[in-house]
Amino acid sequence: MSAVTTDYEKTAKRLSFDLKTAGPAVALVILCVIGFLLNPAFLSEGNITNLLTRSAFIGIIAVGATFVITAGGIDLSVGSMAAAIAGVMIITMNAAIDTMGSGVATVLLGCGVSILLGIGAGWVNGALTTKGKIEAFIVTLGTMGIYRSLVTYFADGGTLSLNFDIRGTYRPVYYDSFLGLPIPVWVFIVVAILGWLLLNRTAFGRYCTAIGSNEAVAKYSAIKVDRIKTMTYVIQGFCVSLATIIYVPRLGSASSSTGVLWELEAIAAVIIGGTVLKGGYGRIGGTILGALILTTIGNILNFTDMISNYLNGTMQGLIIIVAVFLQRGDWGKSRKSED
Amino acid sequence: MKLKTLSAFALTSVMALTGAAAWAEDTIKIGVSYPTPTHAWAAGMNWHAEQAEKRLEALYPDIDLVLINSPDPSAQASALEDLVSVHQIDALVVLPFESEPLTDPVLNVKKSGALITVVDRGLSQPGIEDIYVAGNNPELGRVSAVYMKGRLKDGDNIVVLRGIPTIIDNERFDAFMAEIEGSGINVLDHKHANWNRDDGFEVMQDFLSRFPDIDAVWAQDDDIAIGVVAALKQAGRDGDGMFVVGGAGMKETIKGIMEGNELVPVDVLYPPSMIATAMDVTVAAFKSNGPVAGRYILGATLITQENAASFYFPDSPF
Repeated sequence: MSAVTTDYEKTAKRLSFDLKTAGPAVALVILCVIGFLLNPAFLSEGNITNLLTRSAFIGIIAVGATFVITAGGIDLSVGSMAAAIAGVMIITMNAAIDTMGSGVATVLLGCGVSILLGIGAGWVNGALTTKGKIEAFIVTLGTMGIYRSLVTYFADGGTLSLNFDIRGTYRPVYYDSFLGLPIPVWVFIVVAILGWLLLNRTAFGRYCTAIGSNEAVAKYSAIKVDRIKTMTYVIQGFCVSLATIIYVPRLGSASSSTGVLWELEAIAAVIIGGTVLKGGYGRIGGTILGALILTTIGNILNFTDMISNYLNGTMQGLIIIVAVFLQRGDWGKSRKSED
Repeated sequence: MKLKTLSAFALTSVMALTGAAAWAEDTIKIGVSYPTPTHAWAAGMNWHAEQAEKRLEALYPDIDLVLINSPDPSAQASALEDLVSVHQIDALVVLPFESEPLTDPVLNVKKSGALITVVDRGLSQPGIEDIYVAGNNPELGRVSAVYMKGRLKDGDNIVVLRGIPTIIDNERFDAFMAEIEGSGINVLDHKHANWNRDDGFEVMQDFLSRFPDIDAVWAQDDDIAIGVVAALKQAGRDGDGMFVVGGAGMKETIKGIMEGNELVPVDVLYPPSMIATAMDVTVAAFKSNGPVAGRYILGATLITQENAASFYFPDSPF
């Protein structure tokens, strides 16, 4: 009896699999067609590069969020974490200018600080969740508030600005291109590939999925649940620090309005991409598409004056729901496998 | 409720004892209440309030200014109660977090006999304040438009980046559009950039992809203008007489104007130092021999290279 059910579930899954994979891609293609119809300049080289570069921030963070969510966790602190790291990076680089000059060494120091802080902050989130036995939602809600107020404090309520000379050295990291693609896009691509390999081709990735599906079973299967879960938050922190490293050279400043709502955008990108919010199933490829979809929506809304500015949020909400519906939509065949 | 009454009673009795000494010296206590700074403009206001406190207390030994900032409307309401019960203030200078929830608390302060000065944001009930000091949002839009008209000719194209959808933003935008109307200048489109550098950058990038011919940008705000300038430079469209008009009076922007920056040649004032003006006027109510009560609407001065120096405060965070 049970063998029959499993077989049935397998076929059902195979049938719905195509749609699940294609959902976000179809949504993105439809969006691009709409964008092109509204204004052919949408597909101009300049706009496409802008779109990809812009997606890099949320995209890189969302790759990290995919691990956290797949393993059954959640991280609400990423936006504030990015702001706080950006703030400390700027303070460090400005302070180092006297001893180290305004060259590459100072920028590398800033980047090093960013990575240490990102990994450290991720570890704190992870340790409080696993060793501290506090729900991830509460831990990261707490650290979200802490990091956000820290950047306000560092900036004395105002804006931290990077020294003008260092900005000259650091600027190319955001604005320059390599083989026709801006450097942030390359970072995004590398992070995406590494993330995909880690989630789909390593024991670590399988452990994340196992923990997200059923933590108790994973524990009895001799998986070091606490360590793996903490690692997902560390990966998330690392991704945030990478995103910050390419964010800071863009405008050379950080304030309390930096990275506001990035956490929700990252989570939305992950879910639009097909990862299950309650854990146990993750898709890096989908996450990338999710991040692209989110940026494209904003871009298209800027390309038209057909929709009142006040309704931007409505359009964004509708498109997100439709995109997720496309892949989750119960198209009759997969109903029984859902239970 | 009972506990509250009891503690209030206890507090009053303590105050009655310790307060007696203070009363004897006949100092004039003025409470100054405003939101905890969370963005650059408010941080500038905080700085100017502290400067004004030092300056006024040095000038008048019998004036005691008490500065309190609060992180949310209900905290500000409690702070107002404390100013009355603990400090027994003679006057209140208040920049309300939000009009609606703070109208009653300010009314209660007035009932204690204190003089009320309201700054920037009005209360939802008229007639509470004795003195009102505020910037001029419609004038900011109008002055920006007048400058645009002076620089541009019939058939030129501009784009507009707006703030956060609020009454303030609407007032500025509507006055700008009213002044531009009939000038022959085309406003290609307007989008909200939320008084934020990142949004300013992205919205401007999209405007640049969408419109091949833009002659000037009204960014309404100095933070948005910083994002706009970065986008213009990235696209290499910062030449050919292109210019950006922001607003508020950020020190970096004003420094640029002093140095003759061609891309951001002017700024329109919406000064965070208005809190200092309000404190000055309130002190004058006790010290001046002329009448002081009334409404003070500050000008939205056009800051140019000639007058920029008088609006430049290098030590302020804004």
